[in-house]
Amino acid sequence: MKQTFFGIAAAFAAAGIAAPAVAQDDNIAVAYEEDGKYYTANDIPTFNVGDDGTVDWYTFSGFRRYHSECHVCHGPDGEGSTYAPALKESAIDMDYYDFFDAVVNGIKRVDAADNQVMPAFGTNANVMCYLDDIYVYLKARGADAIPRGRPAKKEKKPEAFIEAENACMG
Amino acid sequence: MKRAILGVLAGALLGGVAQANDSVASLTADPASWPIQTGDYANTRYSELGEITKDNVGDLQVAWTFSTGVLRGHEGGPLVVDGVMYVHSPFPNKVFALDLNNDGKIIWTYEPKQDPDVIPVMCCDTVNRGPAYADGMIFLHQADTTVVALDAKTGEVKWSVVNGDPSKGETNTATVLPVKDKIIVGISGGEFGVNCHVTAYDMNTGEMLWRAHSQGPDSDILFDPETTTELGKPVGADSSLKTWEGDQWKIGGGCTWGWYSYDPETNLVYYGSGNPSTWNPSQRPGDNKWSMTIFARDADTGVAKWVYQMTPHDEWDYDGINEMILADIDVNGETRKVLVHFDRNGLGYTLDRVTGELLVAEKFDPVVNWTTGVDMDPSSETYGRPAVVTEYSTEAGGEDVNTTGICPAALGTKDQQPAAFSPQTGLFYVPTNHVCMDYEPFRVSYTAGQPYVGATLSMYPAPDSHGGMGNFIAWDAGKGEIVWSIPEEFSVWSGALATAGGVVFYGTLEGYLKAIDAETGEELYRFKTPSGIIGNVMTYEHGGKQYVAVYSGIGGWAGIGLAAGLVNPNDGLGAVGGYAALSDYTALGGSLTVFALPD
Repeated sequence: MKQTFFGIAAAFAAAGIAAPAVAQDDNIAVAYEEDGKYYTANDIPTFNVGDDGTVDWYTFSGFRRYHSECHVCHGPDGEGSTYAPALKESAIDMDYYDFFDAVVNGIKRVDAADNQVMPAFGTNANVMCYLDDIYVYLKARGADAIPRGRPAKKEKKPEAFIEAENACMG
Repeated sequence: MKRAILGVLAGALLGGVAQANDSVASLTADPASWPIQTGDYANTRYSELGEITKDNVGDLQVAWTFSTGVLRGHEGGPLVVDGVMYVHSPFPNKVFALDLNNDGKIIWTYEPKQDPDVIPVMCCDTVNRGPAYADGMIFLHQADTTVVALDAKTGEVKWSVVNGDPSKGETNTATVLPVKDKIIVGISGGEFGVNCHVTAYDMNTGEMLWRAHSQGPDSDILFDPETTTELGKPVGADSSLKTWEGDQWKIGGGCTWGWYSYDPETNLVYYGSGNPSTWNPSQRPGDNKWSMTIFARDADTGVAKWVYQMTPHDEWDYDGINEMILADIDVNGETRKVLVHFDRNGLGYTLDRVTGELLVAEKFDPVVNWTTGVDMDPSSETYGRPAVVTEYSTEAGGEDVNTTGICPAALGTKDQQPAAFSPQTGLFYVPTNHVCMDYEPFRVSYTAGQPYVGATLSMYPAPDSHGGMGNFIAWDAGKGEIVWSIPEEFSVWSGALATAGGVVFYGTLEGYLKAIDAETGEELYRFKTPSGIIGNVMTYEHGGKQYVAVYSGIGGWAGIGLAAGLVNPNDGLGAVGGYAALSDYTALGGSLTVFALPD
């Protein structure tokens, strides 16, 4: 198994050894891997970055889908635009389920000062089939685990991903 | 001396050759006014006003300012008619009528109630490129595609009509063009798989008179297989349907969100169509006609007289919607009635605007690399087609392959920000982008009203150049050559203005209004306005004095791509930082700044 920074941190945490740098990172640290997809101890999807910068397939897939579906409002690399928030922050600040809810149902903040509307993507296969991917990519950006731009190296596309994609995209 | 296009058009009008719209024609002939966004029907953005000259422009001062109270990107510019200035804003699409005889006091304000659900289906910010004036009315095409006619004196709504359905991704950012008794309007939604069209409404009632789609059966696109020509030859039956697989044309894009020009002599309306949907070229085999096309349509019937597809089977999102500037210029020693168009694909085209004959097609930025050029040999099978370089073909690369180093980027060597033409110098003044990209197409599925993009892009300043993301150039459209080029830190996203004083104006994303010498490009004046400029510079005269006005208010595509700066993924791992971020220079806020010489 590949050792990673977060893997090590998780191991420390699991062993009950103080690991101050990651104490607040429960929502980030990898607890286990299943078919190439990484999860926290609370079964929340998360990213995995190897020592040589290799990202897990889902983070790479999230990079692609983000820049197709989200980029036109939220700017490159989750950095935000002149009017839409930096999602790399949102993925850290927001609970996974709140993040999910915002994408599925949208957000509307319209008043004298604000004209902010996030559309509901619940019916959009290009977003919904890759929502975990986008989420883990943005979390990796927000945690500064990967730099801006296209991840240079990635893990192999898992069989489970291909099956899920075919089922989801129809 | 070369005759100004305005003079020619005015002459045609007086001669009774055709009628444009009498009010628009007489107002555009009077340099004190600025009744339509483009300044005139020919889209020259040239003014005969000459009080501000290259000798005194250095003394320019701010005369007055006005805040719109809206934060999003401010494109387009103000209008001036009969002592009233009409200022507009992006969504919610306010219009203010300001009394120039009473220190800019607000005469009336219009603010429509629009469903905010339209906001997120507008690709790339909620910009609006402004209203137009004709026959005592102000015509505005709102974000939600409502076209409204306002009484210019009172702001009262005289009629309104709905042009599209935002729940399917149909929205609007463009201005409208009043021609004769009609209002010509386009529509946006290429990233949502909209089947886009151009529509003429009756100026007095709002009744639809004709509608022409960009793709589909001949009856939808208003083509006559016998008389509609491309490069001199009839297009034949089903010219669009033959170039799409199955029913894909129904979600084919070809949107019409750019500028419109009109020549009273030919009675033709000129405009371009946008990208075919999706951005993944493998999902839509064929030439995808008539996306990426220059159209010349009869103003009365909408029937196309001629067309020219610039980028068959687009693989880079090079929308063809930029302005078509009509001028009479020297080409190969002969004065020709031409249409000049600076396309997103990086080629500057000069065509005969009467016949559609292709005269010049040359790169207006030397870094353009996706094509080696256009086949100019009329006897060739590929006459008029650009030769695509395989290395930069995202179709050849295929799905899930990242094609790198393509110039220009998807936002084009130039986006909608309109160029100007000065009949004094015979030169075109062009705001440009100097940005390249990596492009990876992949599979997407279509859902009505949802984004339908299918590619991921990384954009960065053109490598091995001056490091900036833009240039402001002077172009000889007869020869297809850059005369001079001013490097800019950021893309130039502001429409240019050329004047009889020998001064050319443009704005920058940092927020500068710049004045330069029309002959040499030498900078003569700059002033930093409250926010980045993506609006178009205009000029008018009031009380015997010349004024220059421009909106600031950063946003639009520039605010998305550049807000946080760009990075070059090819700089390799460990490259820190990135290129200049706009957020280091400017912040949001819509306002108007008006300049004049000191009294």
